[in-house]
Amino acid sequence: MSVETTKQVSDEHPMEHLLRMDRIPHIWCSTCGLGTTVRALAEALEQLEIDHDKVAVVSGIGCTGRVAGYLKLDSFHTTHGRAVPFAMGLHIARPDMKVIVFSGDGDLVSIGGNHFIHTARRNIDITVICVNNFIYAMTGGQVAPTTPIRARSKTTPYGNYETPFNIPLLAASSGAVYVARWTALHVRRMAMSFAEAISKRGFSLVEVIAPCSTLYARLNKLGTGLSLMKFYHDNSEIRHGADLNDIAIDYQSKIVVGKFLDVEKPTYLDALNHHNAGIFGDKYKPYGGGNGSD
Amino acid sequence: MKADPQNVLTGAHYLDGNYAIAEGAIAAGCKFFAGYPITPSTEIAERVSRRFPLIGGIFVQMEDELASMAAILGASWGGKKSMSCTSGPGFSLMMENFGLGIMLETPCVLVNVQRGGPSTGLPTLPGQADMMQARWGSHGDYEVIALAPDSPQEGFELTIHAFNLSEKYRMPVLLMTDECVGHMTEKVIIPPPEEIELIERRYTDKKPGEAWPYQENELISPMLPVGEGYKFHITGLTHDYRGYPVINAEAQAENVDRLMAKVKENVDDLTWLEEKDVEDAEVVVVSYGISSRVVQPAIAKAREEGIKVGQIKMVTVWPFPEKRIRELAGKVKALIMVEMNYGQVYLEMDRCAAGRCETYICGHAGGTVHDPGSVYSTIKDAVK
Repeated sequence: MSVETTKQVSDEHPMEHLLRMDRIPHIWCSTCGLGTTVRALAEALEQLEIDHDKVAVVSGIGCTGRVAGYLKLDSFHTTHGRAVPFAMGLHIARPDMKVIVFSGDGDLVSIGGNHFIHTARRNIDITVICVNNFIYAMTGGQVAPTTPIRARSKTTPYGNYETPFNIPLLAASSGAVYVARWTALHVRRMAMSFAEAISKRGFSLVEVIAPCSTLYARLNKLGTGLSLMKFYHDNSEIRHGADLNDIAIDYQSKIVVGKFLDVEKPTYLDALNHHNAGIFGDKYKPYGGGNGSD
Repeated sequence: MKADPQNVLTGAHYLDGNYAIAEGAIAAGCKFFAGYPITPSTEIAERVSRRFPLIGGIFVQMEDELASMAAILGASWGGKKSMSCTSGPGFSLMMENFGLGIMLETPCVLVNVQRGGPSTGLPTLPGQADMMQARWGSHGDYEVIALAPDSPQEGFELTIHAFNLSEKYRMPVLLMTDECVGHMTEKVIIPPPEEIELIERRYTDKKPGEAWPYQENELISPMLPVGEGYKFHITGLTHDYRGYPVINAEAQAENVDRLMAKVKENVDDLTWLEEKDVEDAEVVVVSYGISSRVVQPAIAKAREEGIKVGQIKMVTVWPFPEKRIRELAGKVKALIMVEMNYGQVYLEMDRCAAGRCETYICGHAGGTVHDPGSVYSTIKDAVK
């Protein structure tokens, strides 16, 4: 009976057309927030009614880095930290496509931190989904630049004492035009934010706070994945437009979520075309992805 | 396919090597350049940034070389011919994603205008001491293609050749020049576009759903275009023909063997040697890049004295012309490698000579080209 039920569920998975079913089962632990987040992205792509042929996903390395391998889109699993510049090159070559970077906190703001801020500064028209589980999970639970003060990890066995990044503040102060944060519990709002971010012209960031029960919760004795979801339920506060200086995440403290920033700015290619048209006049053909001879 | 006329500055020019490389890239159809300033390579980026706006190219000055290399891979998958240029310290940073380029089988060109090392070394002075880094700089087993121009004219021509090889073999190709060639100004003849033969990217003729990024039993698969519904996956992890990660020894052997076979099975096609007076030679001077010009007065002087000296210039340094060196080792008294390092490519030559002739390294730490006198002395030592 239970076997039949499983079959029935998998046969009817509503997002099957967006997933590489030939790669399922995935490698993620049960209660990991990644499945929910991937599902929310699939929802967003459905809501947007865009041509999925024209969507590409780029990931770096880590648990979240594996997302590219499960989405049935043109998908690129690159090197640690370099998903963003790879995506930038892809976007500039194909500005007609939607390029989404889907990676983890360590990948994006530690080893890839420099690329993250500079790509935001240039306002490159890509969407970055940062799944923040407060820890390096793929390697077994080491401290991350997002680990809250006092939280334990395998390399902070007595607790962390380094100040973590406030990722939405980092993105906004670097030049992003759209910044939001949700937890893995906020599935519909997360999907809505993904859709907005993908539609937004410019560098958009959505941070997703996600449970890692195998490492973060276990090392900090916070219970199961379910306990973390309950924690998000009880301690998340939706505050759209919150002052980004007030939304840093402390250990087991309130998590401020919402859409924090949604502004208009010329994208990198807008600025390039506008500037060059001013310099070269009619001799300049606005760059739209072609090779210049059409 | 011929070069696009809008990209080619046909005529006789007076250019330094770096500008000539930039013109070669543009003539080859490069439309995406990501780079980070570093002496002595920066003039390539400067020239490209000046030339690109009116010919539909995009130049991006990146935050660092890690990003530069990643961005040219992304752009290549987006369908652009792409390149970057750098020098020693930046080359070290690029090794990470050079390996990704090898693994994903991504056409692109990377230029290293070599300076003295290690570390910051001699930013404004020449060296050839990154040759083994070019061969082995990224982790893991793989093969590379590296070309070495001896002049601005060759800088132009070999850059086009590098782009062609990168498309043909579906991999990053290295142009290993040096500060001396980069900053040397000479006459450069840029031919008319119809005389510039370009190899264009091979895309699959299969339909979405039937094509994989690496076709089974194909040494070099045609690429899949993005945005056309193929919905393919590629990864830097060890993978199968589908591009899907497979983490075991069998998949590793299959994957790495094929990456290496692309070059190893085509060494004859890739080998490009220019030989002079080798037939009757008892000593052959082997060199590449600027060193192959510096050796010429020494060889001429030795020949005037009746010493039978021949010369081999390696235009392609990697893959190493193993077959030819083995042949020669059975015929000559000595092989001399002249390079601006303490014997990097020499080690390959010595290995291939396998004790069948004497081998000499005429090298130094870099900072200047060789004194031809040192080459002459080495020739004299070799015929003693």
